[in-house]
Amino acid sequence: MANNHYDAIVVGSGISGGWAAKELTEKGLKVLMLERGRNIEHIKDYTNAHKEAWDYPHRGERTQEMIENYPVLKRDYPLNEPTLGMWANEKDSPYVEEKRFDWYRGYHVGGRSLTWGRQSYRLNKEDFQANGKEGIAVDWPIRYEDVSPWYDYVERFAGISGSRDGLDVLPDGQYQMPMPLNCVEKDVAARIQKSFKGQRHLIPGRTSNMTEPKPKEGRTNCQYRNKCWLGCPFGGYFSTQSSTLPAAVKTGNLTVRPHSIVTEILYDKDKKRATGVAIIDAETNETYEFTSKILFVNASSFNSTWLLMNSATDIWDGGLGSSSGELGHNVMDHHFRIGAHAMVDGYEDKYHYGRRPSGFYVPRFRNWGGDKRDYVRGFGYQGSASRQGWGRDVAEMGIGANLKNAVSEPGSWQIGMTAFGEMLPDHSNRIFLDPNKRDKWGLPVLAMDVEIKENEKRMRKDMMQDAIDMFEAAGMKNVQGYDADYFPGQGIHEMGTARMGRDPKTSVLNGNNQVWDALNVFVTDGACMTSASCVNPSLTYMALTARAADFAVEELKKGNL
Amino acid sequence: MSMNRRDLLKMIAAATGTAFISSNAMAYVTLPMKSLSQTDFSKDDVAFFNEVGEVIIPRTDTPGAKDANVGLMMAVMVTDCYTPAQRKAFTEGMASIKKLAKSTYGKDFLLLSGEERAALLASLDDEAGVFNKKQELASKDLKDEDKPLPHSFTLIKQLTLFTFFTSEVGANKVLRYVAIPGRYDGDFPYKKGDKAWAT
Repeated sequence: MANNHYDAIVVGSGISGGWAAKELTEKGLKVLMLERGRNIEHIKDYTNAHKEAWDYPHRGERTQEMIENYPVLKRDYPLNEPTLGMWANEKDSPYVEEKRFDWYRGYHVGGRSLTWGRQSYRLNKEDFQANGKEGIAVDWPIRYEDVSPWYDYVERFAGISGSRDGLDVLPDGQYQMPMPLNCVEKDVAARIQKSFKGQRHLIPGRTSNMTEPKPKEGRTNCQYRNKCWLGCPFGGYFSTQSSTLPAAVKTGNLTVRPHSIVTEILYDKDKKRATGVAIIDAETNETYEFTSKILFVNASSFNSTWLLMNSATDIWDGGLGSSSGELGHNVMDHHFRIGAHAMVDGYEDKYHYGRRPSGFYVPRFRNWGGDKRDYVRGFGYQGSASRQGWGRDVAEMGIGANLKNAVSEPGSWQIGMTAFGEMLPDHSNRIFLDPNKRDKWGLPVLAMDVEIKENEKRMRKDMMQDAIDMFEAAGMKNVQGYDADYFPGQGIHEMGTARMGRDPKTSVLNGNNQVWDALNVFVTDGACMTSASCVNPSLTYMALTARAADFAVEELKKGNL
Repeated sequence: MSMNRRDLLKMIAAATGTAFISSNAMAYVTLPMKSLSQTDFSKDDVAFFNEVGEVIIPRTDTPGAKDANVGLMMAVMVTDCYTPAQRKAFTEGMASIKKLAKSTYGKDFLLLSGEERAALLASLDDEAGVFNKKQELASKDLKDEDKPLPHSFTLIKQLTLFTFFTSEVGANKVLRYVAIPGRYDGDFPYKKGDKAWAT
């Protein structure tokens, strides 16, 4: 290859990698973006985007063969015909479960930005202070005010729809019009407001599905097909492909290299700087080196940490950033799969039109505003109300024309919600390089040793009971709590393992996402999170990435990197 | 790598400002549809499944199970998606319908009148209801994967409903389907008789 030197290298092309590429190229840097998987081109490669059940060989369901091939994916919803191939192949890329850990990885250009849940919330002021106040883990080195302008910035560009509710617990942002609540959700919201005296709120979900077009970026607003995970031909939701990649491409400063597994960050121990990266071409197994002034590591939380662990091992056994003793530690996710569902009487003259790819949100109310529990932190709920379809329980309807007529019409309204709880950072929850196992390319693989602890277990009692109480207070019928069990990783919100902090002895990254031991290396994906909050984290990765990119370019100009 | 491909990459780079090095674009995985010969079942089996399906979801003023050819999709789903235990229960369930026709009416199922077919399957549906209730009581403390299978007719009924309502005919002619709704209305008027959305 003629040119192996760039101003910046970005490792990974998902939500945060896409933002890094956009920001750095727009600021004039020549950027090489490395992606371990195949390319997926916007629109052209969304080959299932217009399909319905009848267009798939098994109507979209999983086969026994798929179950056999994907022993981890089979545990949950991601394994299905429409998104087959959008998740890492477990045989090529195994990992070790010291304790059960469900790891869903997107190894292709765009990463999990194509398949993400799109819910987009800001952390609040308290989220950035709670560790410090409560003496848990370490204090965030930054505060809400440091990130707030960057939330503004990324929300405007990504296109987030949502309501402005004036709640301290869930700060408002730069939103397009919200996706509305339906008639049942609106009434439930009003009844909860009244029953809990304004202490609990049910609001429209804030989502990266657009309600207003962005013609300058060639993006149409959401068409309410609810097929986001197949790639949107309208660019209706935020993904690398729909949003950040075209912006980076437009600058003429971007080179993308798919099939490039970054194996090591090259490190100059005298200058204490990274000089570039080594890669294996995933198809040819050939190795290459690329050099750059700065490096953005956005390989997804665990893979970013994996890369640090495999770098500068001649200086630190545990790899770059391990001098803190915290690299690989403090794994977090959001614990969930618990809540309640209920039936709704009435509204028989009402239905819904269109398939809304979002629902309602109940912001955290526990340990907030004077409330005090036997655990710290809190949880929020995501849910929706809808009328039942043909799949409802048909035991009593017999067979024949009566059955057919009955299930051809919508059933009763129902409502459900699931709690997403904050998981505390704990040093004993960790990932590490397994000493024995290797992947298809002969590279070491990660082992996971993560579990929820007492604080999460106590919180889960409220996560179910509060949902029951709210539905009962709102007059719902046949209210049933559920706990479908949670195993770490299922939230697909892996966080921590290279946390930000104020002290190189207890953190891997400083307040600008720089690795303390290599200031020209920035880690701005979920690995950097010092605590988890209870809100969906991706919007925060976007904001932190844009902020760090701005800082990095300023530092380059000053000659500090 | 051929010269042509290299030239193509250069062109792409010039046109878009991006160089996709080693670009071997691959889309979302698309899987081919399955044919009868790829299943464990025969043409006669599929015809029989269609007849059974038609009793469960008959043609009325709208198309029924046979119009949607649920039999073929049942054969595909049972072959590829069912566990061995489910496959066995389904196959035995279908065989028992044939046997029951013989023992009750002394005729092949296919030679029964519409009323006879309906009465026969209605009695199986009742039997399944009683059986499942007992099973549910017995298995309420078991994990999902350890739970016993429901009555074989329940499998048949569920698969008929699934293959029918996920078919193009079922979704478009019996339910309502809109490919691109374009908007969301959560306060949409409904009157009795209006069909449910297919998706």
